Amino acid sequence: MSTRLWSTSYYVLAGGLAVLFLFPLVWTGYASVAPHGATNQQDGFGFGNYASLLDYDAGLLRYLWNSTYVSVLTVALTLALSIAGGYAFARFTFRGKDTLFLLTLAILMVPYSTLLIPLYSMLGDLGLRNTLAGLALVLTLYQLPFAVFMMRISFEAVPKEIEESAMCDGAGTFGVLTRIMLFAVWPGLITVGLFSFLAAWNDFIAPLILISSADKAVLPVAIANLRQQSMGAVDFGATQAGVVVMALPCLVLFALLQRHYVRGFMSGAIKG
Amino acid sequence: MRHSRKLAGALYAAPVAVFVLVFFVAPLLLVGRMSASDWPLLAGDRGINLPANYEGIADNPLFWPAVGFTLKYTGIVVVLLIGLSLLLALIVADRRKGTGFFRSAYFLPTTLGLASASLLFFGFYSPAIGPLDPMLEALGLEPVSWLGTPTAALWSTVVLIVWKFAGFFMIILLVGLQSIPPDVYEAARLDGAGRMQSFWHVTVPLLRPALGLVLILSVTGSLLAFDQFFILTKGGPDNSTVTVVQLIYREAFQRFDLGAAAAISVVVLAALLVLNIVQFRALRKDA
Repeated sequence: MSTRLWSTSYYVLAGGLAVLFLFPLVWTGYASVAPHGATNQQDGFGFGNYASLLDYDAGLLRYLWNSTYVSVLTVALTLALSIAGGYAFARFTFRGKDTLFLLTLAILMVPYSTLLIPLYSMLGDLGLRNTLAGLALVLTLYQLPFAVFMMRISFEAVPKEIEESAMCDGAGTFGVLTRIMLFAVWPGLITVGLFSFLAAWNDFIAPLILISSADKAVLPVAIANLRQQSMGAVDFGATQAGVVVMALPCLVLFALLQRHYVRGFMSGAIKG
Repeated sequence: MRHSRKLAGALYAAPVAVFVLVFFVAPLLLVGRMSASDWPLLAGDRGINLPANYEGIADNPLFWPAVGFTLKYTGIVVVLLIGLSLLLALIVADRRKGTGFFRSAYFLPTTLGLASASLLFFGFYSPAIGPLDPMLEALGLEPVSWLGTPTAALWSTVVLIVWKFAGFFMIILLVGLQSIPPDVYEAARLDGAGRMQSFWHVTVPLLRPALGLVLILSVTGSLLAFDQFFILTKGGPDNSTVTVVQLIYREAFQRFDLGAAAAISVVVLAALLVLNIVQFRALRKDA
């Protein structure tokens, strides 16, 4: 009797919380297609709000392209740096190794905003301000501590014997890396790629500060700007359509790569 | 052979070393110099201006209110986030029917970006299309101005942040919970401990490392809050929800004074370093 009562209250509590957590997500999907006077979707359900996004300023497709370009470039830079760096930290000894590793992790200790002020000025001197490549470089910086740490422990977990037998067959360190090690550390690569993609795709303050022209805006900044459009009247429908467009890739990646999410968090727990 | 291996290692590490020097060490030095210089956004460096930028911080009418608000917000968020994420972790810790669904449901908001989540709640709280006022009306209640007063704006933002991050911290605590061996609970039960007793005397102490990580992450994240207030409240109403990072942004890009912004940034960096050292020490000593 008391176990049944306990079980019922468990499901009431757990289910009630699930409804609270899912409600805003379901609502935004609904609001983006539902008819509403304050939006571009006046009569019946439809994609009027998405249509107004397509025409907004530089156009949804341009923002999608900008966001994709920056995110893919950030992933590529992060992977290239963390593969080479992780391999070096895991398998080699060289001067300044510990200092460089600690320095890389120290990036986490410095607030984003503290570095963005001088980076704004520096990128200007380098001709990289208001460019998507410059933005990707800055986003890569904040992925490095996690990525280098993750790749270092991934390479360290590979048994040394595999490497040594290849060395005996005459392969150099680069051959070992590209032909053997990369296949052994692919779960780490997926985790690093996933996290750097999501971070770049969703970042707000760096593009807000570093990108000034509308045709180079990324999605989060473009959608946030959309609100101030046309004499202070906010297009709430288009805003929610924008939220859906930004959220969809994240939800798909979550559905496909759940296990890699948890691996990332667990290494975060070790890090602490 | 050994010599060439050392060289190879240095070569593989070289890209990271160059990148960290150019994009981390150099800006860190530059922010120090900017904080000591007269540095308008457009004109650039106009020479040493010490200690005017630092003296100006205390005279800035928004600085102390921003510090006070950021601390108050951090306190509220940290307490609610840790409490709720611990509850969620306990709910989904044991495999029962439906726990897989509950885990995913609680975690889904985490997959959204913070800016997306803030834009979502910007509509959610709006009188124009938000679902809350119609629900209140159906219950015969008055509509609420969710972002209209300082108190409402603060708590509405807290709800957004707790919704967005509770699932993330749930996972960290879940990993911690699952690393507690079951025989410890068995031993506590044999010693006559009830459910509450074994929670306070077994679970909480053994969960300390995971709780410590959640504490540090939520404190740091809240102290540096920007996106949620920039998008949801724009610092309003009446500058009542301006955080410290928002103040840095305003000095730099609305008042065009990079020197003043850099000075606040340096102070924030120093405060965070001290705070993190204190937190690490405290957690390590008790562990």
